[in-house]
Amino acid sequence: MGIELLIFKSILVLVVFTITLTIAAYSTYGERKIAAFLQDRIGPNRAGPFGIFQPVADGGKMFLKEEIIPADASAFLFVLGPSLAMLTALMTGVVIPWGDTLTLNGVEYSLQITDLNIGVLYIFGVVSFGVYGIMIGGWSSNNKFSLLGAIRASAQMISYELAMGLSIVALIMTTGTLSIKEIVDQQATWHWNILYQPLGFLIFMICAFAECNRAPFDLAECETELVGGYHTEYSSMKLGFYLFAEYINMFISSALMASLYFGGYNFPFMNSLGLDQNMVTILGTVVFFGKVFFFIFFFMWIRWTIPRFRYDQLMRLGWQSLIPLAILNILLTGIFTMREELKNWLFN
Amino acid sequence: MQQYTDIEEEKEYNTLNLGPTHPATHGIFQNVLKMDGEIIVSSEPTIGYIHRAFEKIAEHRPYYQITPLTDRMNYCSSPINNMGWHMTMEKLIGAEIPKRAQYMRIIIMELARIADHIVCNSVIGVDTGALTGFTYVWQDREKIYEVYEEICGARLTTNIGRIGGFERDFNKTTWEKINDALNSIEKRWAEFERLLSRNRIFMDRCIGCGPITAEKALGYGFTGPNLRAAGVDYDVRVMSPYSSYEDFDFTIPVGTNGDTYDRFMVRNTEIWESIKIIRQAMNNLPEGNYHADIPEFYLPPKDDVYTKMEALIYHFKIVMGETDVPKGEVYHCVEGGNGELGFYLVSDGGRTPYRLHFRRPCFIYYQAYPEMIKGAMLSDAILTMSSMNVIAGELDA
Repeated sequence: MGIELLIFKSILVLVVFTITLTIAAYSTYGERKIAAFLQDRIGPNRAGPFGIFQPVADGGKMFLKEEIIPADASAFLFVLGPSLAMLTALMTGVVIPWGDTLTLNGVEYSLQITDLNIGVLYIFGVVSFGVYGIMIGGWSSNNKFSLLGAIRASAQMISYELAMGLSIVALIMTTGTLSIKEIVDQQATWHWNILYQPLGFLIFMICAFAECNRAPFDLAECETELVGGYHTEYSSMKLGFYLFAEYINMFISSALMASLYFGGYNFPFMNSLGLDQNMVTILGTVVFFGKVFFFIFFFMWIRWTIPRFRYDQLMRLGWQSLIPLAILNILLTGIFTMREELKNWLFN
Repeated sequence: MQQYTDIEEEKEYNTLNLGPTHPATHGIFQNVLKMDGEIIVSSEPTIGYIHRAFEKIAEHRPYYQITPLTDRMNYCSSPINNMGWHMTMEKLIGAEIPKRAQYMRIIIMELARIADHIVCNSVIGVDTGALTGFTYVWQDREKIYEVYEEICGARLTTNIGRIGGFERDFNKTTWEKINDALNSIEKRWAEFERLLSRNRIFMDRCIGCGPITAEKALGYGFTGPNLRAAGVDYDVRVMSPYSSYEDFDFTIPVGTNGDTYDRFMVRNTEIWESIKIIRQAMNNLPEGNYHADIPEFYLPPKDDVYTKMEALIYHFKIVMGETDVPKGEVYHCVEGGNGELGFYLVSDGGRTPYRLHFRRPCFIYYQAYPEMIKGAMLSDAILTMSSMNVIAGELDA
């Protein structure tokens, strides 16, 4: 590996890290503004013009707050919980292809930190690890509301992980690879997977909502029942980590949906515009972020529109609707990909 | 819903303190729940957490000073409480109220009912996780509060009206504001209903949640929307009309299952009926005086107080609470936002009541609460509470 590549990758890591955190921070602002828009309110407007410094003010507040660890809580685990949540949330951004390759001085640089050939599996592994953050935090705070929230969160994650995995299996059957970069490249111009896997996308999206603990699946922290859910006892930046992790997860889920089903950085007519390759890459990255922001908005739109499920209804939806549907989707995909062989087998 | 069955003794239960300060208990309620995971095995509500001894205070107050106490019972619809108290007094002293004042009272009471139902139904939305409908329809509640403000200057604890009628006639702005409020409620409430009442998730959450049968509801003494949701068509406005309710044409919505969804729908429909009543009252408003001719209880105009001796004497006597009332025992009830709101008053002829008792509908609903949530999940318990619209102000008995 050349030193140039190393420097480039380090810079890229830093950039992705910063962008992820900034977008997560500004998602909180976006969330509040969108909620305000949907509810006929104004939203934050004190810190700076249109309140755009609100996330900075919030973050500053979080750091300056007193750090409280309840007397009966297990102190080590209590700190480990939010750290784990934050860690796993930040780790997932590594395999997302943020753009195609840039060619500088004849050297090609990929705008993806690393192209793991098991990228999809990696994300699944890390995301399912993330539930430990919530479980440990909820359990160690020694609060019944937190514990209930943690139990709900873990049960929900386990059930929805399955359906999510199965919906991805169908996608992988059509793409034939686990590398996200390759999946994205296969969707060049307008051959987006959403056209081939609409049902799979629907299941994946519902599960993504559940994985991010977003409404209508926000049972783990629903304030009208469990006060604050698993983070009832948390304060200062430890609380901030949990909230941040949620927004990062939302961002990564949106990025994943965009790359797996909506063509990632590909956009229609990208090769017929007669532009320079670098230009197309930059445009592609912009388009990619556009898609991501659309999904983030969609997440928020849903949250501020519909009510949430009850615990048993959530389980029923996961096990009795989504998993059978995902299996059916696999079956349909299988029949579709093997249609020639099936025709031969049936009619000869 | 899972059925509660007796589980062996040695099984470990969890005790959960729901309240007194919990974001879902709208007011100060404490419920000590015995939980089996998420299922409620039994619950023990604490009554009288904010006991304010209104009835005892009332025994030391002249009659007109009791009105502010009634404000603080069901503070979501305090004008109804005020009117109920005034009517009880008028019943005791045998005052004849002009039709105009009665119609004005109906307008105010129905506006208060709409405000009360807006609170209840939008909070059901909040407790299921849909906050947007809540902030949306509260703008209409604000409009109703502006009407109160125009009439009496206050918003929440209104102390509206006087014994015998109103302190002044509604002015032009009031009528405009009432009209404006009705128009905007009609528009926005239809949107709110579209948002929730056929939403699949909302229906799944509410149907079969915290049900009560008609027999049980009657046994506990339920009244109002919660009883009507169970299928009993009892409404004080129809059964024993007061304040000229017999002049109006409206229907009483009735549910079938007595669950949260039925309560929600009954209240929704009642809002439309209330709008109908107000429109009728505004269109058929009779001419006449806005207060009864009872100089011993109704303050004389200020001009007269400064110029006429009799007026000054009455003014002094009323303000100092020195007017005696006839001996007697009356019960008067009105259809409050939440059910039959009764006033049982015993007078021994002195300047203060000998005994006063408020029949608070929420106090009665709360008795049935432990039974209704037995075997339900925690989320159902929260929803049951908010759909019964138990107001903490009415629990201090």
